Amino acid sequence: MRAIGIVLAGGNSNRMRELSNKRAIAAMPVAGSYRGIDFAISNMSNSHIQKVAVLTQYNARSLNEHLSSSKWWDFGRKQGGLYIFNPTITSDNGFWYRGTADAIYQNLTYLRNSHEPYVVIASGDGIYKLDFNKVLEYHIDKKADITVVMKQLEGEEANRFGVLKVDGDNRIIDFEEKPIVASTSLVSTGIYVIRRRLLIELLEQSQQEERYDFVKDILIRNKNIRKIYGYTMDGYWSNIATVESYFKTNMDFLNKDVRDYFFRDGSIYSKVDDLPPAKHNPGSTVKNSLVASGCILNGYVENSIIFKKVYIGNNCTIKNSIILNDVHIGDNTYIENCIVESRDTIRANTCYVGENDKIKVVVEKNERYVL
Amino acid sequence: MIAMLLAGGQGSRLGVLTSRVAKPAVAFGGKYRIIDFALSNCINSGVDTVGVLTQYQPLRLNTHIGIGIPWDLDRNHGGVSILPPYEKSTSSEWYTGTANAIYQNIEFMEYYNPEYVLILGGDHIYKMDYEVMLDFHKNNKADITIATIPVPMEEAHRFGVVIPDENKRIMEFEEKPANPRSNLASMGIYIFRWEVLREALIALKDQKSCDFGKHIIPYCHEKQQRIFAYEYNGYWKDVGTLHSYWESNMELIDLIPEFNLYEEFWKIYTKSDIIPPQYISADAKVNRAIIGEGAEIHGEVYNSVIGSGVYIGPGAKVCDSIIMNSTSIGAGTQVYKSIIAEGVNVGENAFFGWGDETPNKVHPDIYACGLVTVGENSVIPDGVKIGKNTAVSGKTSHEDYPNGELVSGETLIKAGDAR
Repeated sequence: MRAIGIVLAGGNSNRMRELSNKRAIAAMPVAGSYRGIDFAISNMSNSHIQKVAVLTQYNARSLNEHLSSSKWWDFGRKQGGLYIFNPTITSDNGFWYRGTADAIYQNLTYLRNSHEPYVVIASGDGIYKLDFNKVLEYHIDKKADITVVMKQLEGEEANRFGVLKVDGDNRIIDFEEKPIVASTSLVSTGIYVIRRRLLIELLEQSQQEERYDFVKDILIRNKNIRKIYGYTMDGYWSNIATVESYFKTNMDFLNKDVRDYFFRDGSIYSKVDDLPPAKHNPGSTVKNSLVASGCILNGYVENSIIFKKVYIGNNCTIKNSIILNDVHIGDNTYIENCIVESRDTIRANTCYVGENDKIKVVVEKNERYVL
Repeated sequence: MIAMLLAGGQGSRLGVLTSRVAKPAVAFGGKYRIIDFALSNCINSGVDTVGVLTQYQPLRLNTHIGIGIPWDLDRNHGGVSILPPYEKSTSSEWYTGTANAIYQNIEFMEYYNPEYVLILGGDHIYKMDYEVMLDFHKNNKADITIATIPVPMEEAHRFGVVIPDENKRIMEFEEKPANPRSNLASMGIYIFRWEVLREALIALKDQKSCDFGKHIIPYCHEKQQRIFAYEYNGYWKDVGTLHSYWESNMELIDLIPEFNLYEEFWKIYTKSDIIPPQYISADAKVNRAIIGEGAEIHGEVYNSVIGSGVYIGPGAKVCDSIIMNSTSIGAGTQVYKSIIAEGVNVGENAFFGWGDETPNKVHPDIYACGLVTVGENSVIPDGVKIGKNTAVSGKTSHEDYPNGELVSGETLIKAGDAR
């Protein structure tokens, strides 16, 4: 592959409510056995991008732990590999990453020391499958300066994304970042292809002007000067940066087409946890749900995603909920329309009910008495 | 201490399950393979240099073990080495016995020049800390320590038993004694002082089919070397027959299984190719079962062990059975007390476990206890009925089933496919 990769995984959002207390969005568990960032870096690995940098900033502990070995994504190589760049103080810089452009600028040596002509930039909170080679081909074909991967949204709020307008040739003629009212439903997925030397030049320029955001200060300001093209992604794409979209994205995996699309060919990788297969004990009933490994089920589960190593006690009812990793749920508990934070311990005989349109995030730090 | 793991045996009593893979590579417990238990015990005991001796159908073992990543046995020094038989300038022979196989790899051991050598089999289900056994060995200043397990006195006649004195030093050995004087059965696990093992292997190098139990141990015993019996008290299961294989899988399903895979302590590692969660559909019924990753269950599953990536179609019913990785069971098919190996494609509305318990005509000793056994990558057409004590292997079609039935006690192996 003639490109190196950069994954922006430093982000946090108050729209993730309590879920963001514990980790960056890119480290959010997704679809039972994965984390958000698995999709971006698996796509890079499958596109034969050999060298990938992950830029982290906000609460990276969970993310660093997940990426502690690069071998699961096939990055344990002599050529290239997976690099994690946390913000550091250096002799000529004492700041945190002040924005996406600044984050890349602070690691400019990574760009300078590479020899690949192109850079693929992606965010760590997108759930999708994409062959970056196709985007790169398109980029070269169009003689574009920057290519933005875009997606036509259906029925979803576009105003939390970068909203695009394109001409007949798919050249981007207007780009509004998170407008109050979106004029189209064509949005940027936060995936860009750009020539490495041009990226270095643009970053240096905006740094001089003390501008630090890649979208606002580089893409939007350059849209009339540079040739910025849009590449339309077909297939599934979702961004998990709000509680609502996180919930919906997970629930999408109950749909057979979505599961087949992501799981069938085994092309999404994740850290292997060595957990035993899930165990369905007498008295347990599971309907239309995903259950990850290491779980022990004794209760009733319907329309839910049960992540790894969850214990569900006798006579429990779990409906339309997401139970994250290593949660212990005591007997006779009722949970509906909730997201239960990982490593929680839910006491016996309790009840948590959210609304259909307002999912409840449950964080319970009770003492756990190990059996 | 380094370990030598004997994984070359066919395990012919597992019938069609091992027609194309060595017994240690047979799937177990939803996601594991039998050899995972010995390999995980090694790394959990701090033994990080392991030689795996392969001979019979090693392909699956080779790809499974690789460079040992799942067990953390990818090391700069030591780690896992696969040791197949090889051609020498003076001879080229297969491994003819357990000790002969070890003898042929004497250079491997000389290279590491350890103080102690642990000899293991790759075909048992157990969790054991070899380091505790090594401490016992050192404390007794033993030359050889044999791991033993107490068995019920009335069953001791099926085993090789040892008779220890009050200090656990072994006085006598009895192989399958009619009137056993002890109930300590040898588990086929030995710790040797390296010099002792080396000397014995070289002294007996011309022995035909040189075996630890039959030749090496008696030789050392005769030389008055210090042989001790280490008593292991825990779950230990030989999965050498289809019935014991089936039974030990079923034991994993118990509410609190005696052999518990869910404990934090002493994890069992394996190579996982399939990582997505399992999906249980709205019409499925699952009770008393363990189900592997990426399985899709649309039918009913009771009292069964279902491997990774298995598909069970709508209206299908699986009871008291083991379904291994990536097998597909078509809609409406009923499966009772069966062992179905990996990658099998079962059509719709078939029936496994039909009729009476006529003993198997060809191998009544192998295909017994009413089990239906299906070999890997077999194909079973729609609507056929398969009786009890049967074995099926290969790509079968309707012509292979007179009146749409394989009656109890029959064996259906499609030559050419099964090789």
